[in-house]
Amino acid sequence: MTVPRPGQTAPRLLRNFSIIAHIDHGKSTLADRMLQLTGVVDDRTMRAQYLDRMDIERERGITIKSQAVRLPWRVDGEDYVLNMIDTPGHVDFTYEVSRSLAACEGAVLLVDAAQGIEAQTLANLYLALEADLVIIPVLNKIDLPGALPEKYADELAHVIGCDPGDIFRVSAKTGAGVSRLLDEIVGQIPAPAGDPAAPARGLIFDSVYDSYRGVVTYIRLVDGALQHRDRILMMSTQAAHEVLELGVIAPEPVKEQGLGVGEVGYLITGVKDVRQSRVGDTVTLAARPAAAALAGYRHPNPMVYAGLYPIDGADFPELRDALDKLQLNDAALVYDPETSAALGFGFRVGFLGLLHMEIIRERLEREFGLDLISTAPNVVYRAAMEDGSERVVTNPSEFPAGKVAAVYEPVVKASILAPAEFIGTLMELCQARRGAQTGMDYLSADRVELHYTLPLAEIVFDFFDALKSRTRGYASLDYEEAGEQAADLVKVDILLNGETVDAFSAVIHKDKAYDYGVRMAQKLRKLIPRQQFEVPIQAAIGSRVIARETIRAIRKDVLAKCYGGDITRKRKLLEKQKEGKKRMKTVGRVEVPQEAFVAALSTAGEAERA
Amino acid sequence: MAARPPEGSSPPADGRLPDGLAESRADQPLSLYLHLPWCRVRCGYCDFNTYVLPPKAAADVVPAYLDALGAELALAARILGPRRVETVYFGGGTPTLLAPFDFASLLRSVRAHFDLAAGAEVTAEANPETLSPAYLAELRSAGVARLSLGMQSACPAVLAVLERVHTPLRAVEAVAWARAAGFSSVSLDLIYGAPGETLVDWAGTLDVALAAAPDHVSAYSLIPEEGTKLAARMARGELPYPDDDDLADKYTLADERFEAAGLPWYEVSNWARLGHGCRHNLAYWRSADWWGFGAGAHSHVAGCRWWNERRPEVYRDRLRSGLSPAQGREELTAAQRHFEQVLLSLRLAEGLDMAVLSGPEAVRADGFAAAGLAVVGRRGPGRFLRLTQSGRLLADRLAAELLD
Repeated sequence: MTVPRPGQTAPRLLRNFSIIAHIDHGKSTLADRMLQLTGVVDDRTMRAQYLDRMDIERERGITIKSQAVRLPWRVDGEDYVLNMIDTPGHVDFTYEVSRSLAACEGAVLLVDAAQGIEAQTLANLYLALEADLVIIPVLNKIDLPGALPEKYADELAHVIGCDPGDIFRVSAKTGAGVSRLLDEIVGQIPAPAGDPAAPARGLIFDSVYDSYRGVVTYIRLVDGALQHRDRILMMSTQAAHEVLELGVIAPEPVKEQGLGVGEVGYLITGVKDVRQSRVGDTVTLAARPAAAALAGYRHPNPMVYAGLYPIDGADFPELRDALDKLQLNDAALVYDPETSAALGFGFRVGFLGLLHMEIIRERLEREFGLDLISTAPNVVYRAAMEDGSERVVTNPSEFPAGKVAAVYEPVVKASILAPAEFIGTLMELCQARRGAQTGMDYLSADRVELHYTLPLAEIVFDFFDALKSRTRGYASLDYEEAGEQAADLVKVDILLNGETVDAFSAVIHKDKAYDYGVRMAQKLRKLIPRQQFEVPIQAAIGSRVIARETIRAIRKDVLAKCYGGDITRKRKLLEKQKEGKKRMKTVGRVEVPQEAFVAALSTAGEAERA
Repeated sequence: MAARPPEGSSPPADGRLPDGLAESRADQPLSLYLHLPWCRVRCGYCDFNTYVLPPKAAADVVPAYLDALGAELALAARILGPRRVETVYFGGGTPTLLAPFDFASLLRSVRAHFDLAAGAEVTAEANPETLSPAYLAELRSAGVARLSLGMQSACPAVLAVLERVHTPLRAVEAVAWARAAGFSSVSLDLIYGAPGETLVDWAGTLDVALAAAPDHVSAYSLIPEEGTKLAARMARGELPYPDDDDLADKYTLADERFEAAGLPWYEVSNWARLGHGCRHNLAYWRSADWWGFGAGAHSHVAGCRWWNERRPEVYRDRLRSGLSPAQGREELTAAQRHFEQVLLSLRLAEGLDMAVLSGPEAVRADGFAAAGLAVVGRRGPGRFLRLTQSGRLLADRLAAELLD
């Protein structure tokens, strides 16, 4: 018997599945073993984390973009086709995870036998259960000396509601148990059940920009079939394109003539921008369109904004080009140019969340060689004005000054998993971050899941760090958007010599405004060099000053000694100082070195706030 | 001389100057600096190019080094041609570790190669603890007429922190001996801002110094120079760093006391009775021509600066091999010369000739005057920018601000 060809594979021979796992729990290693065992990658070309393409992914051990690999697997003399759909592993990409899961009938729930299930894995498990996926629970790293397979099998069984004996045990590293797991995927996960005769409907679960090919769109055909040269329609935008190429990933792209119902593959239409081929959208045939799109499409909304500025103002065009390029591959990235009196020309950039922000920033610096300064991240506020109008605020410095009837801030439903001994400290932390507890579940005798509603703004600063440091790294966090709430928020401005420094304005809960003001004023007093005149630093809410520091005037700036041999050295020192002066920004007649802004902003969230 | 040599290009092995430079300066006065790098002990704050001289080695090392100085004098005469020498300065180190006849022989060498002017200023730096009335009388006879005494402080605690070995009043005594020996000008060197020194301590030092009635005073704020023991102790937190406000207070106090005692300032850190300003140092600050002899010494002729090998043995060996001891050199561009002129003249009471300033620079100079940091004085047709006391305390910053 031969392995079924794409476009000619009976749906009963197909198995589409994902691996749900926390960072570091071994998903990429398990995928590596599956590639080897199914023979699609031979031992010679094998490399660790084969499917993770970006350097950042491999270095951080996380997967940002998913991919789908077609794997042949024979069970009882029959050749099956397994499509392994990789999922992103972080809270910021929940929506993308949900689309990847929607392309599957089953999921392998992979949990580190030394660590137990983590909050994001649990959240993704719930997503999978909501999508009616068959779950195959697996404990990984059973070969580790610190593994506690019995304990975590009990915990997993409790969470999914199965028998601890049904939980698979593998070592992705050594390959132990992986072959049996592949058999089980064939045995347990249902075959896809689409209508081969219906108008084609393909779910886009990923969309990647390639500089040679343009956008590569990954789809799962739910109904019907697609052929090379078909004219397709994106149902959300109604844009039509010709299929220039389609195929499967095995695990390198292989061109094919068509994809049949239930199959997973890629297509290329020549579009140059992932925003024209959005995750969650439905692909259909222009000539015979489906009546309704697949459910669940959502336009990604940025949750967190920050100003990004080149440290060297001359790099502004490079920053714009870099953002343009990244956006080709990232439909969730939005940005608009903005000008800051303190930082010059830059962009207000919207992100899905903090990790997304970190990744973008790191890519801009690493791949494009830019030196950037970033303002503190903020969430999106909605201000209802007294005259009935409404303002959406993505930059704190634009927060309306008066005549505000109410301000609304986004909130999230957060779940925190931690050893039970940390319940007290975690409750304290959440309380200090204006959280409201909504529940608590024991996963096992000594592990607990806490449920909170928290303002997103309280999470975007340093919540995750605080969480980790208070639980010796044991706590994990997941959250999802949960609407908005009215809150007593004020804008705190920082004034230098009477002039507002726009980059330091922050929207803060009334009760925390004073702390923020004092902290920033003190920090700036230490960072800004003394000037020839006394410089007041004030924190103010509107016209009310809530904190004040003073930088005393400089009295001495002269080197006493100037012998013959000192002259060259002295000249060079002054020449250097003059160069440095060019990099100073002037705010309210005060010369502020770029480094002071960087230092003030980079540590903005570090102080103990909770 | 500064701790680390600057970065420059390699000078030619024979030490010759760029074409035509020496000839173009034939009628200009010349100043000579002779570096005598030895001390009995090394002070913890000192970053000069100095070495402890083991008494047993002195008999070999010193004559060889003095020979090398003689060889460099011959080299300078070959390169520069005959020049009129207006000032000679023996610096260190502790020059007065040498015997008076060594000075006499070095000055003979100077006369052999150059035209030492009749009224030339000949200075030796001296550490009070090396001196005696008899030594000073011989030094005077050898041809040294100006003495610069390293007093530093009258406060025992401060001297201890600085690791100076003399007792506080030894310097005062030495002034009287110098007068008796016939020195025409005596200067005291003071240091303020040492860790632990109070404003009262400093006032006490000023009292003692002024009671000795010197002709000239240099007062330097203590600079924790990189690489010194003092800087290391500060970095380890054993001693506090100097505080700029404290230094400003002490500068202000000193300036007022010196002025009141008839010693007006003529350079940021130097005060003198009229006619007693150090002509040798003024040559540096006016960018005149000067040649520094000895290990690590710097020289300047018409915009060309160079500096010698720092290690005495290397210095000596190069000269023995008939090579120039210069290790680095830079030829200043017009812009750099302008930069230096502004930088240096702003430190002088005679001020900065505003005719050399560009339009925007002159506007900023007038701004300093308007802000009370400087006054604009007239001498003949010229306008000169002279810093006030508060301006002097900011001289480096003002120089950087003034320049285009």
